[in-house]
Amino acid sequence: MNKEIKPLKFSGKWDFDPAPESVDHISLKDQYGLFINGKFENPQTSNYFPSINPANEEHLSMIAEAGEKDINAAVSAARKAFDGPWSKMSAKERGKYIFRIARLIQEKSRELAVIETLDGGKPIRESRDVDVPIAAAHFFYYAGWTDKLNYAFPNRDPKPVGVAGQVIPWNFPLMMAAWKIAPALATGNTVVLKPAETTSLTALKLAEIIQEADLPKGVVNIITGAGATGAGIVNHQDIDKIAFTGSTGVGKIIMKAIAGSNKKSTMELGGKAANIIFEDAPLDQAVEGVINGIYFNQGHVCCAGSRLFVQESVYDVVLRKLKDRIQSLILGNPLDKNTDIGAINSKEQLGTINKYLKIGQQEGADMFQLECPIPKKGFWCPPTLFTNVSQSHVIAKEEIFGPVLAIQTFRTIDEVITKANNTPFGLSAGVWTDKGSKIFNLTSQMRAGVVWANTYNKFDPTSPFGGYKESGHGREGGLHGLTPYLNF
Amino acid sequence: MGAFISPKVDKVGIEDRVNRITKRSIKKEAKLEGLKMALNMVDLTTLEGMDTVNKVTQMCYKAQHLHDEFPGLPTVAAVCVYPNFVKIAVNALKDSPIKVASVATAFPSGHSSLDVKIADTKMAVDAGAHEVDMVISRGKFHMGDFGFVYDEIAAIKQACGTSVRLKVILETGELGNLDNVRLASDIAIAAGADFIKTSTGKIKPAATLPVTLVMLEAIKDHYYKTGIMVGMKPAGGISNSKLALQYLVMVKETLGVKWLDNHWFRFGASSLANDLLMQILKQSTGAYQSANYFSKD
Repeated sequence: MNKEIKPLKFSGKWDFDPAPESVDHISLKDQYGLFINGKFENPQTSNYFPSINPANEEHLSMIAEAGEKDINAAVSAARKAFDGPWSKMSAKERGKYIFRIARLIQEKSRELAVIETLDGGKPIRESRDVDVPIAAAHFFYYAGWTDKLNYAFPNRDPKPVGVAGQVIPWNFPLMMAAWKIAPALATGNTVVLKPAETTSLTALKLAEIIQEADLPKGVVNIITGAGATGAGIVNHQDIDKIAFTGSTGVGKIIMKAIAGSNKKSTMELGGKAANIIFEDAPLDQAVEGVINGIYFNQGHVCCAGSRLFVQESVYDVVLRKLKDRIQSLILGNPLDKNTDIGAINSKEQLGTINKYLKIGQQEGADMFQLECPIPKKGFWCPPTLFTNVSQSHVIAKEEIFGPVLAIQTFRTIDEVITKANNTPFGLSAGVWTDKGSKIFNLTSQMRAGVVWANTYNKFDPTSPFGGYKESGHGREGGLHGLTPYLNF
Repeated sequence: MGAFISPKVDKVGIEDRVNRITKRSIKKEAKLEGLKMALNMVDLTTLEGMDTVNKVTQMCYKAQHLHDEFPGLPTVAAVCVYPNFVKIAVNALKDSPIKVASVATAFPSGHSSLDVKIADTKMAVDAGAHEVDMVISRGKFHMGDFGFVYDEIAAIKQACGTSVRLKVILETGELGNLDNVRLASDIAIAAGADFIKTSTGKIKPAATLPVTLVMLEAIKDHYYKTGIMVGMKPAGGISNSKLALQYLVMVKETLGVKWLDNHWFRFGASSLANDLLMQILKQSTGAYQSANYFSKD
């Protein structure tokens, strides 16, 4: 590594022309009601709020705000469906409906991907290649379990818990809805689901798909609104189980609210994952993994690899590679097929990220960002990394939920395990080394729900996902993802 | 030999990266620019047992007159022939910017003595070749005799002198895995290669995107250490424009725009040129023309 040598240059010649995905094939209504008992209903609050495209702040649609009466209606529809057709139906028949939902998602994948990108700001490359296929895969996977629960839990007589209240975040709107709804239905429960207020559209499109799949009315109810609506679901007396994905702060509030009640819960909360590069790692692939680990979906990922630990002997070269790779990323219109970095999901989230960028600089860390033109409208943050960081820096301690990487160095494996575990979170981690024994040694000592080796952010419906410590409890995905929806 | 410690390569990671590169969507002006750039990087090649003076002469004419009906086209970068045809090619191309490259060193197997290989190289150089494409000794490489491989490349580099650029063919289809591709790249670069090249075209698989990415990363690491740029030439199996553009995207996003020039990047191909021509005309006129309108020399 020679520090005198100039960085590589990635623009100024053969810059790509725009290649936007078309939007003329999608259908969006001007206004969406609440999906209760198989129909779209006007909210009894009569309130609607706008959903905008965070990449240009243009209006997309009006979304209904569910109040107490609407929540009651949704829960009672879910209860009626649970007591009625759904629990009496044979498991095999139940499975057919779930397979049908999966197929319809695949059929409409292009439309769903475009709407996901319009509503949430994520690059079309991601919604097309990750969000929508994984959503369909979850329905397919759990549909298969429906008539095999007695084999999954032999001699334990699994029974559905009843009505599940599910509150999901804005980072993977359709995918999170699939993660929640698919296992709940497979195990024979009924559902009241609330998407995040900035990204309701694909959940509402999923409601249309559920209508089209002819699911018995009331089995899935999708109601929209902000925090108050979520609180209404959490506190509702006739809900048997809460599944929440979101911030650790809100997760703690929910756990307090349901303390002493009979509600089961799964919490998938925040993270501050360690991504660890050893000197014997395949460095270029490690760098690519770090880029995907933190800048995928603009870092709006609970399992994002936001803390990078690099062994000191390869620190200079890794940093150089990282900086050059950042400069080769393309930020811009999320609908463009070549976009790597899309828009920040909301103005509020951009404010949070910018606050942390300021804190990082005030703490004396060195900031490096992608140099590129930033669109005038919409919410944007270029991919950012901080060096000169220690465990004591706020940017290394708190979840930023944005495209911000904090880099530290280490000398020995024991040191890095201590530092990686030195956090209240424990959702995920990554390790990069060519040595198999090192992988097994390290992963067995890591206090994190998911540890990726020589890859990062790989998701599969067969694989359980969830946290240690303040990153939550319970698992989603795989066989483990069935248990929170069952009583034995 | 302990002197060569190359970074490890993760095949799955390489394939992920390649997959992402191939999804780039190159449209409109960028597409036309890319196609012309690729055409300008082609080493028009004939390396057959049945090569003749006439065949080489015809190819050299084609190199200068790719498609005269369409003005403003670039020329190819070079023609690539066996040493005994270098003089013919140099003579045929003397008024053009097109370079003459010659394979040497007992191409394609590389099985001969160093003296013969040096003589083979000198023959090409003395006949006026601008570039020499040598093959490494893959047998010695597999035996772990990396010092031998290194010394041989260094000797051929010396035989080339200062003005003839040396391309070192690794024959990646015979190296077995990506770690070996990386190691062979590092050895070739350290021994003085001006270019590293994937294949002879005689072995399958020839050039692939994953192999090329590994080699580009070796070039990048050398640049980081020394500031010296090394060229890259994937050869064999690149027959259509779409694939050629994917290679260029890979170069751009791995090494940056400085390498997007035929001084630093080449395609070893013979049928690619006509496909590029066909696509360039399609981009300009909006319609595909019959393959019969493009000369085959």
